[in-house]
Amino acid sequence: MISFSLFNYWAVIVLMMVGFYTLISRDNLVKKLIGLNIFQTSVIMMYVSFGKISGGTAPILVESGDHGVGDGHGGQITEDVAHSMVESAEVLYSNPIPHVLMLTAIVVGVATLALGLSLVVRINEAYGTIEEDEIVRQDNAA
Amino acid sequence: MSQNLPVLLVVVPMMLAPIAALINRSGPAWLIATTGTWFAFGAAVQLLRRVMAEGVIVYSLGGWAAPIGIEYRIDVVSAFVALIVSAIAAVGVLYARTSVASEIEEDRHALFYAAFLLNVCGLLGITITGDVFNVFVFLEVSSLSAYAMIALGQDRRALTSAFQYLIMGSVGATFIVIGIGLLFVMTGTLGMADLAERIPAILASGEGDRTIVVAFIFLTVGVTLKLALFPLHLWLPNAYTYAPSAVTGYMAATSTKVSVYLLLRFFFTVFGEEFSFGRMQLDKILMPLALVSILAMSLVAIYQSNVKRLLAFSSVAQIGYMILGISFGSVVGVAAGIIHLFNHAVMKGALFMAMGCVMYRIGSVRIEDMKGLGKTMPWTMAAFVGGGLSMIGVPMTVGFVSKWYLVQAALAEGNWVVAAIVMVGSLMALIYIWKVIEVAYFQRREHDDQIDEAPLTLLIPTWALVAASFWFGIDAGTTSDVAISAAESLLGMMQ
Repeated sequence: MISFSLFNYWAVIVLMMVGFYTLISRDNLVKKLIGLNIFQTSVIMMYVSFGKISGGTAPILVESGDHGVGDGHGGQITEDVAHSMVESAEVLYSNPIPHVLMLTAIVVGVATLALGLSLVVRINEAYGTIEEDEIVRQDNAA
Repeated sequence: MSQNLPVLLVVVPMMLAPIAALINRSGPAWLIATTGTWFAFGAAVQLLRRVMAEGVIVYSLGGWAAPIGIEYRIDVVSAFVALIVSAIAAVGVLYARTSVASEIEEDRHALFYAAFLLNVCGLLGITITGDVFNVFVFLEVSSLSAYAMIALGQDRRALTSAFQYLIMGSVGATFIVIGIGLLFVMTGTLGMADLAERIPAILASGEGDRTIVVAFIFLTVGVTLKLALFPLHLWLPNAYTYAPSAVTGYMAATSTKVSVYLLLRFFFTVFGEEFSFGRMQLDKILMPLALVSILAMSLVAIYQSNVKRLLAFSSVAQIGYMILGISFGSVVGVAAGIIHLFNHAVMKGALFMAMGCVMYRIGSVRIEDMKGLGKTMPWTMAAFVGGGLSMIGVPMTVGFVSKWYLVQAALAEGNWVVAAIVMVGSLMALIYIWKVIEVAYFQRREHDDQIDEAPLTLLIPTWALVAASFWFGIDAGTTSDVAISAAESLLGMMQ
């Protein structure tokens, strides 16, 4: 049975396949790039899901009066975690590293898309079309 | 200064790139690119010396130790590959001055040199980093600059081949990110050294080892796409054919080599030989692909009429040799792969540069246009012959050294079939190199148009590589010592 507790990963898989299929099947170069972008975006969603802990808050050091360590003013702390941390109550937070990694991946994705689109512009100038089969036909004729 | 050499190796070319782009004049931009690449070359020589003498260099970026910060970890393998990349870049940038001037429009020269520097930075970054996500970032730096450089080719097909490479390269890079992400989920770390410690523990516990297997598969497919192993090589022939000559010579000698290095890193350092070859049985997948690659791509090369395209297909076949060496999983095999990595960089660089000289003079690299060039451009064609002898694997050339080790590795396993296929591959190389030589030396030029020898600015870098291919073929001890100690360090990491 499909496990709905992992629905975000199913969304990742669906997005990834939609992107990949578009990338492979479309002849239009811009559509190919859109497919590539969806494909890359699904990976971003995958990473963000990795970092998420249910009930976790943002990884910010929360000030506390007595201990100098966060005691849950940030809110989302679960009861049993709060009890188990008597001396220095810790805040349950999401792992920030995957999110930070994805900032880099987003930049890379933007750069790839920009370069790809500028290539498409130049291809359009050189061939007068952005349909792959038409480009192949022109190349073979030449 | 010398303490920070590992990071300067990457940072200097990176910082010089925008300066070259901003100055936006051909001459100064070339000077900056030359400074950057020769600095990197000097630094790489220093690093290899230090690693050979003192062992692994660990450098923590910004003073943050490994689990929190990014660390650069330089062992013999990475120093050796960094040296190959920076040496070829240093020769390539000298070659680029004249070649680029004739093939790329004036107002794009500065941008070309900026892209070139970024490419050097990315490739060197991949070789020395000890952090898997950092690998991805540098991979994209080098790939994006490579797409841009390929698109500068004269033929409009350069644009479509750059686009094709962009699509396939990005898919490969995304596969690598997925693999890295899955590893991170299971181990909570991105450092190669940490991963190498934690992955065996997870595999031993049996819990979640399917995720590791999936990560392994994603990484393998992603990296083999980047290094153009046989079924995933489709981007390479077009990209090499239509890129500017200087770019082809440089890229053919570096970018796929760095991907081969990455494969070694993941297989042996991160996952460990036991998992890669024992559990995943990589040898059973890689060896047939490598053999098919050698035979099929050499065959395709024989039927090409554009020499750059011929050499591009031959590159895919030669990558087959490297992967074949690795697929043995033994010290001799891996050493053979690493030696061939160096040797192929030298000889293919020389061959493509010789073709760049031909392109410079006659504006074409089709075989039928090369009639009689043996007489009119004797030095250029002699360089081609020199590189060609190495491709075939004639004794006293580097090509012979790599094939010697490959055959030894095959025979050590009693695998006569593989040894025979390596020989057949050499014979096929003889055919496709001979095709060019025959036309150039034994056919008369139809029109008596005046063709001069290529200028010295092109010939000297070309001959530097040809000379290297003979030097390291005769004095094979140096490279094979480094390669064997590199192979030992890769395989020894498990113990």
